[in-house]
Amino acid sequence: MELLLDSLFNGVAIGSVLLIAALGLAIVFGLMGVINLAHGELMMLGAYTTYVTQLIFKLPTLKPFYNWYVIISIFLAFIVSGVVGIILEKTIIRKLYGSPLETLLATWGVSLILQQFVRSIPLSYGTGLIVSLLIGLLLPLFFSKKIKESIKFKYYKLASWSFAVLVGILSAELISSLISKLGRASARNVDVTAPAWMRGQIEILGNTFPKTRLMIIIITLISVIAIICFLNQSAWGIRIRAVTQNRQMSDCLGISTEKVDVITFGIGSGLAGVAGVAVSLLGSVGPNVGGNYIVGCFMVVVLGGVGNLLGTIFASFGIGIMTDLIGAGRILNIWPNMPLPLSNIINFFATTSMARVMIFALIVVFLQFKPSGLFPQKGRMVES
Amino acid sequence: MNKNIIKFNGKVKFIFWVLLIAFIVAAPALLPVFRLNLLGRYLSLAIVALGVDLIWGFTGLLSLGQGIFFTLGGYCVAMYLQLNSSSEFPNNIPEFFALYGVKDLPIFWAPFKSPLFTLFAIWLIPAVVAGILGFLVFRNRIKGVYFSILTQASLLVFFNFFNGQQKLINGTNGLKTDVTQLFGQLVGSELIQRYIFWITAFLVITAWFFSKWLIKGRFGNILIGIRDDEPRVRFTGYNPVIFKTIIFSISGALAGISGALYTVQSGIVSPQFMTVPFSIEMVIWVAVGGRGTLLGAILGAVFINYAKSLVSEALPASWMFIQGSLFILVVTTLPEGILGWLYSEGPRNLLQKFGFIRKIKTYPSLELNKSSEG
Repeated sequence: MELLLDSLFNGVAIGSVLLIAALGLAIVFGLMGVINLAHGELMMLGAYTTYVTQLIFKLPTLKPFYNWYVIISIFLAFIVSGVVGIILEKTIIRKLYGSPLETLLATWGVSLILQQFVRSIPLSYGTGLIVSLLIGLLLPLFFSKKIKESIKFKYYKLASWSFAVLVGILSAELISSLISKLGRASARNVDVTAPAWMRGQIEILGNTFPKTRLMIIIITLISVIAIICFLNQSAWGIRIRAVTQNRQMSDCLGISTEKVDVITFGIGSGLAGVAGVAVSLLGSVGPNVGGNYIVGCFMVVVLGGVGNLLGTIFASFGIGIMTDLIGAGRILNIWPNMPLPLSNIINFFATTSMARVMIFALIVVFLQFKPSGLFPQKGRMVES
Repeated sequence: MNKNIIKFNGKVKFIFWVLLIAFIVAAPALLPVFRLNLLGRYLSLAIVALGVDLIWGFTGLLSLGQGIFFTLGGYCVAMYLQLNSSSEFPNNIPEFFALYGVKDLPIFWAPFKSPLFTLFAIWLIPAVVAGILGFLVFRNRIKGVYFSILTQASLLVFFNFFNGQQKLINGTNGLKTDVTQLFGQLVGSELIQRYIFWITAFLVITAWFFSKWLIKGRFGNILIGIRDDEPRVRFTGYNPVIFKTIIFSISGALAGISGALYTVQSGIVSPQFMTVPFSIEMVIWVAVGGRGTLLGAILGAVFINYAKSLVSEALPASWMFIQGSLFILVVTTLPEGILGWLYSEGPRNLLQKFGFIRKIKTYPSLELNKSSEG
């Protein structure tokens, strides 16, 4: 019983990281049929956002609130990755609509650029860039209708963008003067230390669990509930679901599919940012941090299917629990007197990397029976 | 696609071939050893690019896992070379086994003692692996992006497997080939490398003609049909699964040959060949050269890699930016690639824009092709 609980908790802990990382990917894939290979790098941006937030909260003026920086960084990471995602959608992905393979390649290009960007450009300038992009995108929303319709709108736009760039440069300079660590470019991994209340262990039913793991489970839970509420209750969520089900028909009925695409992509990327916060709590943060998780996300998407978020949830917890069962060799503990050849095989796969091999094989076997995952999208098209 | 714009007559073609062969024969004398080695390596990468072009350019399957087959080919040749020169080590087995306390040769190493078996294994093993993987995936009509990410996942799985098995294949350290012996000479020596360069050049040309022959007939037509409209091919009575599996395993075989040649020229094979970026790079060579043109794949592989080595020597950090923008630019602005652009209306449109040639009002085939009017 104790063993089962332990295994379950570990599995859920692995699975919740997978889930939060794959959630955004699955939503975007379901809507646009596009796999975003830069998803891992958006996670990396989220992780770096956590790091920058942590350093900013170490400044004397903000020191009293240091304990809560993780909570704030969740929102910041959502915004940062979301903004980058929206820009990505508006500049590149929109052009490639209808050719998913080309999108795949283009997003890989984006991911290379983002990785090298983090390596060779100081984080303070990155922060400044994000700030100016954010202001530049948000400012036009506050213009009154009169300005928007006037013929001089493009000048207003120009002015707002130059203001945004100015603020961005200023904030970059401010940050690099305040925190010298951020003023230098470095390709080395950095560490995010959890605040005191998140360190240590917690005891549940006689078992001890690390608090950071628990925190990640909570973050995942809240994000999933929020996304489900958003998709089911809000007007835009319903529009997103409509477009996911039938794009042409929704377009005919007056839903702006362009806006839906932007919003979905922004939310999907924002979720990647939140996943980045979770990932930063687990280990050190580096330019390659996203790559470690991205293939796990693909497995989740392939296994879960795109018809339903439930598929993503089941798939990620399934993979998480299986990883723990196989990787830690727990099957042997459950069934100690297994025949020798079988137990040899189990032992052979009882490492984290070999567990991945096994799980991939299992997924391929599974796909022989259900080719489009647990919850396929129902339809009568030839292509589906 | 109208390929008539650039058309060479027989004489020009003959001179081109003579020059090419003369260059290949003379290259070892002309180029310094280091550059020759690089050229040889990039030529061997051209073979894997041909395979990518066959499956992506002609059949529409974007595989991000060609690195698996590439590395398998490399391991085959490396295992043979290791065994061939292990007579002075304890137990007559390659040196690295002693590090892990392995006394007996693992079973699957044994057949690689035979050079004949190795010659077949280099392309047959990757082809069989690709065939099995492809059949399992295609059978369920998994395609498009799903296929791409499945191949990428399998790439990572193979990477994990090869990386973790120290006792079987020396794990993450890989197998060295440059200190092994072939015909009594060190494989890394200048003489052997020169012969390998010639073999590589010969095989690139052979592979090119093979691919051309493959896509010329009905087989090629079906492949293009699958790329453009797979359901229609199926409704016409063909089974796309068979064709896709065959072409995927052929591209696997090409990747295996390429990997073997690359391994003997770079001196080592290791799981690093199975990292995700390398396999995606193969696609960009084809994309830049021109997908569906075959020649574009060869040129793309050689020139992009040369550019990579030159840029990385000068400005190490900037290559990632250049490569990233190359991906984005090629996909958004030049989807046919450079050679595809040249073959199609590209140059004519450019000249028209600047007013160098007469504007065409209908279609080029109607206005320019005088023979069709008469």
